[in-house]
Amino acid sequence: MKPVLEVTSLSQNFGGLRALNDVDLTVREGEIVALIGPNGAGKTTFFNCITGIYTPTEGDVFLHMPDGEKARLNGRKPHKITAMGMARTFQNIRLFPEMTVLENVMIGRHCRTRAGILGALLRDRGTRREEQASVERSYELLRSVHLHTLYNETAKNLPYGAQRRLEIARAMATEPHMLLLDEPAAGMNPHETRELEDLVREIRDSRKLSVLLIEHDMGMVMSLSDRIYVMEYGSRIAAGTPEEIRANPQVIKAYLGEEAHA
Amino acid sequence: MKRIVKAALVAVWFMVLTFPLMGIKVNSVAKTLTWRWDRTALMGAATFFLALLWGWCFERKARGLPIISLPPGGAGRRPESGPGVRRGILLAVLAGMIAMPLLSSIYQTNIMISALLYVMLALGLNIVVGLAGQLVLGYVAFYAVGAYTYGLLHQYFGLGFWTCLPLGGVMAVIFGLILGFPVLRLRGDYLAIVTLGFGEIVRLTLQNWSSVTGGPRGISNIPRPELFGLQMGIEESSIYIYYLVLAAVLITILVISRLKNSRVGLALQALREDEIACEAMGIDVTRVKLSAFALGSCWAGFAGVIFAAKTTYINPASFTFMESAMILSMVVLGGMGSIVGVAAAAMLLILVPEYLRAFSEYRMLIFGAVMVLMMIFRPQGLVTGEKRRYRVPGENRARQTVEASHEARA
Repeated sequence: MKPVLEVTSLSQNFGGLRALNDVDLTVREGEIVALIGPNGAGKTTFFNCITGIYTPTEGDVFLHMPDGEKARLNGRKPHKITAMGMARTFQNIRLFPEMTVLENVMIGRHCRTRAGILGALLRDRGTRREEQASVERSYELLRSVHLHTLYNETAKNLPYGAQRRLEIARAMATEPHMLLLDEPAAGMNPHETRELEDLVREIRDSRKLSVLLIEHDMGMVMSLSDRIYVMEYGSRIAAGTPEEIRANPQVIKAYLGEEAHA
Repeated sequence: MKRIVKAALVAVWFMVLTFPLMGIKVNSVAKTLTWRWDRTALMGAATFFLALLWGWCFERKARGLPIISLPPGGAGRRPESGPGVRRGILLAVLAGMIAMPLLSSIYQTNIMISALLYVMLALGLNIVVGLAGQLVLGYVAFYAVGAYTYGLLHQYFGLGFWTCLPLGGVMAVIFGLILGFPVLRLRGDYLAIVTLGFGEIVRLTLQNWSSVTGGPRGISNIPRPELFGLQMGIEESSIYIYYLVLAAVLITILVISRLKNSRVGLALQALREDEIACEAMGIDVTRVKLSAFALGSCWAGFAGVIFAAKTTYINPASFTFMESAMILSMVVLGGMGSIVGVAAAAMLLILVPEYLRAFSEYRMLIFGAVMVLMMIFRPQGLVTGEKRRYRVPGENRARQTVEASHEARA
């Protein structure tokens, strides 16, 4: 299988602190890959690095485009990276709280639509058609995360689990071929987590994209992911299939501490 | 019971506090002391009732109830009341505005002109503060830029009103971008301080660059707008300007409402809500911020040109920070991002002081009290929760569900 996201020896320094140290990671086409590790291991920093919020100190981030082109992402602005087809969600939900559910998803359509200020003022046929298409597309996405009945609700009024699903729908609206999910199951109950698992699988299968997710819910990680990367103190300590990771002594040590062996 | 005891305590405390000032009258000539117990008692009674009212208001607030239940359709909070009612009200207001200068005196017309100019300014600032969420405190600078564009171009090049109107807008946009570029990285308080400084820089430049701008003396003899070379007396001219401003306000409202409900408008609102999420959703934040500054400042430029033409005389004293603060208050009182609310608040804040001249001594006191009360009981402003309706596939069923959930909450 072809790689989609290729990260080679990525490092990030904040002053004297080395938050990421020489991390390699590859996500191949159609794969669901999990990135796990104890709190503070640098998982979210890793996300921020590859999505352009931080500029990595060393290393390279490559995104393989569907047309076969290989693009280097280092130092590009976040909105450019999203436009290239890599979308993300956030660990601490970052919806647009005062806007409606539908509008939240429509914002995701921004980089796939063109209408400018002149179009807004004239409201010509092209602009109206584009807007209606954007509404319908967004509504479809809402349907796929089962939020379409609430489309006119203000986003902040949604229950927690629904907000997480809305964030995924919003990320999907940017038409990514690489989706990054930062702790999508955080704060969900077991039932919601199972639903989320199905949703992620369904998205992967129906839209042919690759998923990289950070997650603490081990049940979900083990059943959902094709491969797992483990980080600790900014470095990658293990990589492999769920079975390999489960048996890896270094991972057990990182999670449970030295005593686990005694 | 607890409330009454509390109110009584407050009343006693106020009586003690105000007693030396209100309860004792010293006549130092006749060397007499008059005890005015009646006044103190009155003070106590008044405070008692106010404290009761205050407590009641807070209790309602704590229970999440509105202080006053507005009638349906009154503030556009209930979309169920139908667009027909709202359109009727708006048409009636418009008809009144059109008939106004023909029915009333020139004095009234002039007051209305300045009120409408402020509506335009407030709506312009509403784009930057209300929609895009960029707190700008020096908005009056763009107003000054517009006014001085006309004043100076007339003085040095003899250009007329209609040439200067678009130029004033363009100059304001240029200044908006000049301000926009360096503040791209700033947000919140820092942005507010820098823009405050920008406003002062513009004003001080106008005041001290005497060789060009005339300094504090300003520019006089600016011509009123002409109409195909027609000679007009002051009265006709005022009426003409009135209709001009009214048309300008209508255009402003049309443009801003279209802008608000567009792809660009959505991006502006997303910027207000969360800048990082905005970037991550593929929106070019730099571009959106600059367009917000440009779109907002151009209205102030237009308003400035009209202002110069109306007063025929401008000087830097018209463009102080107080004006910026006033315009910002209109946006905040009206409800961030709401067009109807901001226009209504602008009218209120200009017209009420004009017609209540009898209380002009207490103007700032009342203004401050209203502001405090608003921030406690209705921080979101007069009009909020205007949701745009979108036509979605299978609409009817979905709408019913939404309506049901609305009723459940109401």
